[in-house]
Amino acid sequence: MSAHDDDNATFVDARDIEALAADWFGRRQFWNWKPEEQAELDVWLNSSLAHRVAYWRLEAAWSRTERLVAVRQFAREPVAPAAGKRKWSKAIWIVAGAVAIAAIALLGVRETELLRPGMQTYSTSVGETRTLALADGSRIELNTDTVLRANRNGKSRIVELEKGEAFFQIHHNKAHPFIVLAAGHRVTDLGTKFLVRHDGSRVQVTLVEGRARIDTADTGMQPHSAMLTPGDVAVATADSMSVTKGSPQELTDTLSWRSGMLIFDNMTLGDAAAEFNRYNKVQLVIVGSSVGRTPIAGKFPIDGVDRFAEVVKHVFGLRVASEHGAMVISR
Amino acid sequence: MTDISETGREDLGLVCRGVLVIAPDLGAWFMREVLPLEAVLMQFLHRNWRNESDITDIRQDVYVKICEAAQEHVPDPVRPLLFTIARNLLVDRVRRKHVVPIEAVADLDALGIAVEPLSPDRTVMARDEIRRLQLALDGLPPRCREAVILARLDGLSGREIATRMGVTEQAVSKYLNHGVRQLADMLYGEPTDHRRRV
Repeated sequence: MSAHDDDNATFVDARDIEALAADWFGRRQFWNWKPEEQAELDVWLNSSLAHRVAYWRLEAAWSRTERLVAVRQFAREPVAPAAGKRKWSKAIWIVAGAVAIAAIALLGVRETELLRPGMQTYSTSVGETRTLALADGSRIELNTDTVLRANRNGKSRIVELEKGEAFFQIHHNKAHPFIVLAAGHRVTDLGTKFLVRHDGSRVQVTLVEGRARIDTADTGMQPHSAMLTPGDVAVATADSMSVTKGSPQELTDTLSWRSGMLIFDNMTLGDAAAEFNRYNKVQLVIVGSSVGRTPIAGKFPIDGVDRFAEVVKHVFGLRVASEHGAMVISR
Repeated sequence: MTDISETGREDLGLVCRGVLVIAPDLGAWFMREVLPLEAVLMQFLHRNWRNESDITDIRQDVYVKICEAAQEHVPDPVRPLLFTIARNLLVDRVRRKHVVPIEAVADLDALGIAVEPLSPDRTVMARDEIRRLQLALDGLPPRCREAVILARLDGLSGREIATRMGVTEQAVSKYLNHGVRQLADMLYGEPTDHRRRV
């Protein structure tokens, strides 16, 4: 090509670079990837911006196809097998599309419900917990106020944590990794016990045992990923992710809801109240930021709002008043 | 909490443990802001450059240049700079090779009008995106499509796909690599208004 260029952009044919990028990407994505290969890839990527651009482009395209997982039943069927069928399947698409739009417009039905036939919804109300046993022996424990979608027939190993929190004990199957989708993120189990909490746009993954990977599943978001080992707590939002290491004590405390307890260690009154509010209809309201920052430690039954209020009243000398189904804590 | 391994927020991304370490901010920016413009860029290049075999090279040069620019200063909006770069590169090539009449590179403004802003309706976009992905998948050669489905929908590794399809690992590698490249071309390079074709 144009060897007269000052920069290195066109010394090599772009198609050649793309082929190399595809080779690297493929090896990393689909084959047994070793650390020394990562080092080689880093060298290749760092040697030219053209390499990086080509690699990013393929990576982005592949991660975009993640959405097909949501419509796997459809995706598997080619749109155009025979001439007669073609029209029919097109018609189905059009009708399905029209129905989908109508449903979305009229009922506010979520896209995922329409696109994932066979997916069932499992939910808990405030204060409730529920354990689901999967066909393969895996168990999912739903915490309070949680909505999870899963496929009952056991073939699909993808569940979606719509909101709330769930503890996963997964029988590892190398051929069919178990995947949890939450807030545009994907947690892929690699033989694991882990906790996923989804509130608002934030997803928190606590790894108890084994290994898991968390990465972005939504292409509209900043891509990021991390491999988690026991004790890791990953917190991800649409544009950031951090991984911290929790102590064994912290891990136990985080999972205490499974035995109906809330354990507060070095927490603020505000955070503790927020925890209680997840599990109880009677909501705690804290008035005054200095009140909310009061440090607190202790162990309470999950439904023990009254007991908590008593402690707050007597130990901290705060005022507790019942108002319209809420408990207002103030100085 | 102990041992916080968060390494601080960069202006475009948060670097953390386990992440591919190559300037994640630039890559994320490129994927988010530049790649979605590939369809209009390709439309522009096809319209303004006769020699089809050069277009991939030109596209790559545009991307490299805009990333170089972004390393200094992140452009906002991206589109005008992208087309300025594309135009300049075409002009350079014309000067260098004396092949294409220079007035061929004139309809930048017309292109600006032809390009619709993205629909703000997220449900329609989501549905279109699925349709688009489906079309891209269906555009793959049959064996290639099969390998991509096994990898993407079933999460199989290359080796497992080879066993399942009864072909060599080299063949699977070829299918997958070709599949990823063609998907990228179809997802980014093709015009997005397939709604009108239906």
